[in-house]
Amino acid sequence: MERKSASGKPQVSLLYDRKVRSIAIQTLLCVVILFLVYAAATNAVDNLARAKIASGFGFWNNIAGFDISQTLIEYSSSASTYGQAFWVGLWNTLLVGAIGIVGATVIGFIVGIARLSRNLLVRRAASGYVEIVRNIPLLLQLLFWYNAVLKALPEMSNSLVVVGAYLNNRGLFLPKPAFGDGIGQVLIALAVGIAAAIAWRWFANRRQAATGKRPPVLLVTLVLVFGPAILAFMIMNVQVHFDLPQSGRFNIRGGLEVLPEFAALTFGLVIYTAAFIAEAVRAGISSVSRGQTEAALALGLRPRFILRLVVVPQAMRVIIPPLTNQYLNLVKNSTLAVAIGYPDLVQVFTGTVLNLTGQAVEVVAITMAVYLTISLTTSLLMNWYNARIALVER
Amino acid sequence: MKRAVTTFVLAAMVGLGAAVGASVASAQTLNTVKTRGILNCGSNGTLAGFGLPDAQGNWTGLDADFCRALAAAIFDDPNKVKFVPLTAKDRFTALQSGDVDVLSRNTTWTASRDSSLGLNFGAVTYYDGQGFMVRKALKLNSALELNDAAICVQQGTTTELNLADYFRANKMKLKTVTFASANEALRAYDTGRCDAYTTDASALYAERMRLAKSDDHIVLPEIISKEPLGPAVRQGDDQWFDIVRWTHYAMLTAEELSITKANVDEQLKSTFPDVKRLLGTEGNYGEQFGLTKDWAYRIIKHVGNYAEVFEKNVGQGSPMKIDRGANALWTTKGGLQYAPPIR
Amino acid sequence: MADPATASLPVGAAYIRREPVPARPPPLLVSGPLAWLRRNFFASVPDTLLTILGAVILYWIIPPIVDFLLLDATWTGADREACLATPERPEVGACWPFVRDRFAYFIYGSYPIPERWRVDAFFALLAAGIFWMLWLDAPARGLGAVYFFIVLPIVSVFLLSGAPSLGLAKVDTALWGGLMVTVVVATVGIVVSLPIGIALALGRRSKMPLVRLLCVIFIEFVRGVPLITVLFMASVMLPLFVPETYSPDKLVRALVGVALFSSAYMAEVVRAGLQAIPRGQYEAATALALGYWRGMGLVILPQALRITIPNIVNSYIALFKDTTLVFVVGIFDFLRAIEVARIDPKWATPVTSTTGYAFAAIFYFVVCYAMSRYATGVERRLAAGARRGVV
Repeated sequence: MERKSASGKPQVSLLYDRKVRSIAIQTLLCVVILFLVYAAATNAVDNLARAKIASGFGFWNNIAGFDISQTLIEYSSSASTYGQAFWVGLWNTLLVGAIGIVGATVIGFIVGIARLSRNLLVRRAASGYVEIVRNIPLLLQLLFWYNAVLKALPEMSNSLVVVGAYLNNRGLFLPKPAFGDGIGQVLIALAVGIAAAIAWRWFANRRQAATGKRPPVLLVTLVLVFGPAILAFMIMNVQVHFDLPQSGRFNIRGGLEVLPEFAALTFGLVIYTAAFIAEAVRAGISSVSRGQTEAALALGLRPRFILRLVVVPQAMRVIIPPLTNQYLNLVKNSTLAVAIGYPDLVQVFTGTVLNLTGQAVEVVAITMAVYLTISLTTSLLMNWYNARIALVER
Repeated sequence: MKRAVTTFVLAAMVGLGAAVGASVASAQTLNTVKTRGILNCGSNGTLAGFGLPDAQGNWTGLDADFCRALAAAIFDDPNKVKFVPLTAKDRFTALQSGDVDVLSRNTTWTASRDSSLGLNFGAVTYYDGQGFMVRKALKLNSALELNDAAICVQQGTTTELNLADYFRANKMKLKTVTFASANEALRAYDTGRCDAYTTDASALYAERMRLAKSDDHIVLPEIISKEPLGPAVRQGDDQWFDIVRWTHYAMLTAEELSITKANVDEQLKSTFPDVKRLLGTEGNYGEQFGLTKDWAYRIIKHVGNYAEVFEKNVGQGSPMKIDRGANALWTTKGGLQYAPPIR
Repeated sequence: MADPATASLPVGAAYIRREPVPARPPPLLVSGPLAWLRRNFFASVPDTLLTILGAVILYWIIPPIVDFLLLDATWTGADREACLATPERPEVGACWPFVRDRFAYFIYGSYPIPERWRVDAFFALLAAGIFWMLWLDAPARGLGAVYFFIVLPIVSVFLLSGAPSLGLAKVDTALWGGLMVTVVVATVGIVVSLPIGIALALGRRSKMPLVRLLCVIFIEFVRGVPLITVLFMASVMLPLFVPETYSPDKLVRALVGVALFSSAYMAEVVRAGLQAIPRGQYEAATALALGYWRGMGLVILPQALRITIPNIVNSYIALFKDTTLVFVVGIFDFLRAIEVARIDPKWATPVTSTTGYAFAAIFYFVVCYAMSRYATGVERRLAAGARRGVV
């Protein structure tokens, strides 16, 4: 088969030429995929037309007509559209995601470090927690938190009342602070203070690098952050009053309401995800070799600085990628809200709206696009952060 | 060389398979059902009196018996039905996607379901309305006292929409707690998460029996909506639509003419023209539907007339003991059930 | 004591010690139970505080659980009466007769009783297959793979859904339920996702840009969305994409969704394995004049898959837990069976729900924990092999 061409390059039969083959395979693949997509699309159009199901996104502006138990943005069943219901669901998802991520990170780091403790009891308890939580399905845990714990809470009529806060099987009702005029200025002062604190920190680092002396940071930061805000608060004479929950005929009205569905979902997600984060943290810290600690000791660093300046920064490089995954998992797992009736995006949009409009393709596509966007954005942010702290190898 | 050829052949086969698949035209529902030899019937699965399998997996209820009647008309065998339990959430997609031939699952006939969901409602087999169940201990007499109450409701139902409308119309505040299935909604009500549970009144009586202490709960008198429940089919197949609709009318006509499961054989000898037309001893009305002449005889023989089915499943012969009320015959008792003449 | 260093120093140097330091007394506690206690629990003041705090928390959590599951539990009875609180027995724990009564339902769902031996046979065949695959020193593991990935699925389909020609009555998937569905879904997920996952992983490392792009899009897309939406898509949209006459069964649709989902994750697991194989192995395969497929099949994949076993098992654990989500598309899995049973009026008591959940939790924990111990064991063994330079 092989013979020399004029140029002296070995000439190969076209079938075995790598380039030709690669192009052929890719073209073929392209054709097959396009064909499958085309077939699926025509089938979908056919099936939809035959079933006389409406299509397109016209439903977005139709009046929703149903009520949602937790709305962070303006929503009313009589005036709001399916589109607004979508945003309500999305905000509810993001709320659970944000609170869940913070909670899971805190508990996860504590448990992860506890797993490496010298104290046998702490170590064993932490690993027991991790093993139990990781090996039981999240859905089961959520059902347990929702059904078993809800049952244990008192009825409306015998609510637990602690300084204006009520706890019963309808949820937790807290006094809601309401601020009078001038709160805007206070917030601006707070923002300015935070900016100044960051600037001071940057200056302190520069100064330390240049002279070896570190100006006081903690105290100055505290003063800078809270000083202007408190000052503004006093100057503007901001009125604060609390919107206290009131016991009504059936329910508690007013105040800040924490739905049991929300509490169960967030708590369940935090407990579950924290176990995985703890594993990531443990693996990260164990990955920093003992030599690093010993070297730091030899340099005369005090133990608390060793953890902060030597071990943690190195461990973070190992921790960040799995941590990102866990954050994303938490947001994706929040879709299990559907099982306990928390109005997240999937429950409101892929559940109720899909059902009322019957437009499965559009609704599922939008839902997927939302989660895909959240996932990709988070990955990008975390990759950027990861690249920033990555080891610069020479 | 050989390998490359194999690859091409394989790829071509995949493509061809998809092409053949894409070009198969849809068949008429009746033919599909006949070829399959069994009727796929979407029903509730958790609602006593309408669609509920017992411990042996035998389905009972008004909706289930409707499917049996349909199967009897087609196959002369009421057992040639495969019941598919559907939740309120997935029932329409199941019908649209062809999973089931008929959706007989206490489904309310509404304008939007008729239009944008692409359904056709064959008939109204049960005139229902939405009600509320509350604890006796609350000492309520009327739904109008429910201002500010938390109410458990199932997601994706007309119930959910009516509830919001009713509270708005009466200027009352509402806290809805929505669940994906009736089971979960009822369970949440039972644990005290909600003050009231709302759904179709017929279902309220059925669900109440499932509570641990059913006597502690009462159904409030208000009916806040019209819920005409009936079997639905896909649009675009008029023959199938007619068969479904006339299956119900045959059962009504049988009640009107006092033809029962027990006396139907005797009635074959009747000389009364209405009876003869119904049972197929005169005319060929069944054949015009694509069925047989004795289609209605088969329904009555195997399943019974409307009154028998009603009383057995939800009426005096059942634990629910619901009155005929609006579901009585127009011709004799002034109810809403009325069958067009067979002629 | 003629130390050259000291000898050369001036006699009056004050900082030179002339006498040996007196030996310190030996530490009191370096061995023995007390020392162990001190080292592990009371090494310092904060440690002691931690120990006390931990003990308080454990005391707060563990005794109520033990009380509920064992000491206060009801062990015999025929219906709810046995599990209700009475004046003589104010504290009622778990209601185990409920679990015993509904046990068959948890395992088989509504599968017809005379046919249930078929499910048992399926469990046995599957157990044999898993044992064969996971026991690293088992004989004829190649044959085992053929059995597990080809023979077992075919036999199982006939066994479970029926083959009238073989005298096995047809059992509709609507009747399937309980543990058998959980096992079927998880197993199909693994059996299908491994080959697809390998293909995707190879595709993602391919030199052909289009192949790579398609694989990356698929993997990242599926990994970027929640399983619930994939299941929704499979159950709601799949029937729209195929011609009406081919509309697949509800369970099949859920299986397609699960298989797609786990394939994307499996692809990443396999890719990690491929990346761990040193470049030298690839070069050696090329040097032996092996083409791409034979090089992969004979040299790279066997090594890559071997070191991936722990991660594959971990994927299986994750999938096993995730199968609980199939309830959203109306599939009746193990957890769903318990959910339905717990609201049965016959057993309606305040403790029934918790008992059902406790039973499910114990079951899932035992299965998943056993698998994860196995994965850790293999990992350790492979690591030991790597140290010796075998792998």
